[in-house]
Amino acid sequence: MPYLFAAFSVVWIVIFLYALSISRRQRELSREVEALRQMTEERTKTESS
Amino acid sequence: MKTVTTHSDLVDSFLPWLTCVAMLAALAMVFLYVPNERVQGEVQRIFYFHLPSAWMAFLGFFIVAGASGAFLWQGKRSADLLARAAAELGMVFCSLVLLTGPLWARPIWGVWWTWDPRLTMTLVLWLIYAAYVLLRVFAGDTETVARYAAVLGIVGVIDIPLIYLSIRLWRGIHPKVEQMAPEMAWTLLVCTGAFVCVFAWLLRLRLRSLHLRDEIRALRQHLVAAS
Repeated sequence: MPYLFAAFSVVWIVIFLYALSISRRQRELSREVEALRQMTEERTKTESS
Repeated sequence: MKTVTTHSDLVDSFLPWLTCVAMLAALAMVFLYVPNERVQGEVQRIFYFHLPSAWMAFLGFFIVAGASGAFLWQGKRSADLLARAAAELGMVFCSLVLLTGPLWARPIWGVWWTWDPRLTMTLVLWLIYAAYVLLRVFAGDTETVARYAAVLGIVGVIDIPLIYLSIRLWRGIHPKVEQMAPEMAWTLLVCTGAFVCVFAWLLRLRLRSLHLRDEIRALRQHLVAAS
């Protein structure tokens, strides 16, 4: 039983940690994209005015 | 303002739930439904996650090879990003194979690792794609690096048929699946389905973050050009 438990724990932990790291990275990137878009819009507005 | 729900949005909201349900069903079948194997006992149940992990690793590396071929042929950035995301996922699943295998081998063979042809070829596969991932992470994101990586991604996949044939070619001790009781076959099927869901979900997540990175680069270039 300990081997079985260890094997299933390994599978779950690896998948969970990988999914967590991707979603965290994605959230940061989305935030950065949003900030850059705002900067671009603001710059376009000031240039046009 | 009207919100447009695309097919992609629907898949993104549906896939994580489907993955959770499929994984829970797989766990229930492994622990509650399938009977113990006569010779190996309960430790044989590791097989229901070990084998689908291997199949997902192979799927990932086949996608790398296909997308790399498409990238070399047509030069499409999206193909390169797909290859990159699939390589990472293939590595995750190949690592699971190499981690769960010894946990089965220790109680059955009495050792954590042996240089059996199939085990060795799987380790070689892991090393090849580890080199691919390291190349993508540390050598920069240039066209030349992408082309070198694409060639490596295509060449590396040759190892997969060798893994499959290794039992027949070199007569290793790794067990091969020949006949299965219906309960075992159903459990393996459900587990494979669950792993396909996990694979698809993680691939979409990873691809999206790679596209976001590209978008950031484009926006930065736009801002620099405008200033």
